[in-house]
Amino acid sequence: MIIKILGSGCRKCVALAENAKAAAAAAGKEAEIVKVTDLAEIAGYGVMSTPGLVVDEEVVSTGRVLTPDEIARLI
Amino acid sequence: MFGWLNDQVLRMVWLNDLVGQGVAAIGLDPASRLGGSVQFFVYDVMKIFILLAVLIFGISYVQSHFPPERTRALLGGRSGLGAITLAALLGTLTPFCSCSSIPLFIGFTAAGLPLAVTFAFLISSPLVDLASVILLASIFNWSIALAYVAVGLVVAILGGWVIGRLGMEDQVAAFVRAAPVTGDAATMTRGARLAYARDQVVEIVHRVWPYVLIGVGIGAAIHNWVPAEVVGALLGQDKWWSVPVAVLLGIPMYADIFGTLPIAEALVGKGVGLGTVLAFMMAVTALSLPSLILLRRVIKMRLLVTFTGVVTLGILVIGVIFNGISDWFI
Repeated sequence: MIIKILGSGCRKCVALAENAKAAAAAAGKEAEIVKVTDLAEIAGYGVMSTPGLVVDEEVVSTGRVLTPDEIARLI
Repeated sequence: MFGWLNDQVLRMVWLNDLVGQGVAAIGLDPASRLGGSVQFFVYDVMKIFILLAVLIFGISYVQSHFPPERTRALLGGRSGLGAITLAALLGTLTPFCSCSSIPLFIGFTAAGLPLAVTFAFLISSPLVDLASVILLASIFNWSIALAYVAVGLVVAILGGWVIGRLGMEDQVAAFVRAAPVTGDAATMTRGARLAYARDQVVEIVHRVWPYVLIGVGIGAAIHNWVPAEVVGALLGQDKWWSVPVAVLLGIPMYADIFGTLPIAEALVGKGVGLGTVLAFMMAVTALSLPSLILLRRVIKMRLLVTFTGVVTLGILVIGVIFNGISDWFI
């Protein structure tokens, strides 16, 4: 599974990436975490508030730093 | 009764008295320079953090009803001065983080909103923030806070209107208009809104605390150590250059409004004109070098220069006008 974090590198995006990593590890899933910082690419997902969370090319959350538990429910 | 409530709840006069007693208890005279600085610093830091936490929680709960997707839907299909005014008003309600302003710009433009509407929103959003307005009321008074809201909205509306009139729709990077437009954001439950509000408090306090400490530190230093004559000679109300200097100092600075308020408070105490201080705060919050560099990646140079110029001019004019009528407020 590929989990993408959309955001220009602010503190929130870093926190979300860490939580996503923790959630994948806790769920015992093989996940590749990709940080997307390119504005054109972020815009390509139609996301208006960062950080955005994309699981297997589907936008599942925007504008919030989800907890590992919340991410675990999405993956 | 209103005055008493305002003094005790918003201005926290009781806290100042308490801190004064604490300062006296450790052997410092609050009337002395050192004791006065310590009292100013401790009281201001405590007051700002208490107000920040309470305000951001309440305001974030309200703001969770206005995600950018909803704002965009409300503004969709409208144009003209009415739409620009609505955009400026919604800018004060939509949750905003400077790192989100670019995706927001892309989302608005891709949906076909006119540049005038988008820029009115982008100017008002950092400038007129609900929490900062209540902090202004706490540090100064309600008439100054309301006047700040009014002039902030005027800058946003006029700025957006001028940019719209200049016909710069071609000044947007090509990929922006090609971005897809998603539907409305998912509705949140009450529990999710409360969690969101709590997260915002943690996130914002985490982000702004260094600015607040530095700001209050500078404020305390000005308050007790810099003679009023020195400040007056540099930035006094009778000096024509005070407003331009304040604006030029403020533009490249990247600080949170919560950090600039204590400096503003100390400067006004030293006789600097209200217009000069408001212009400084507006310049710091509305324009900053990092956000301009980010904006350059989605708009062309001519529009970027126009945007910066229009906002700077608006702030200058407001500063000068406020200095002229400041007797009405203080």
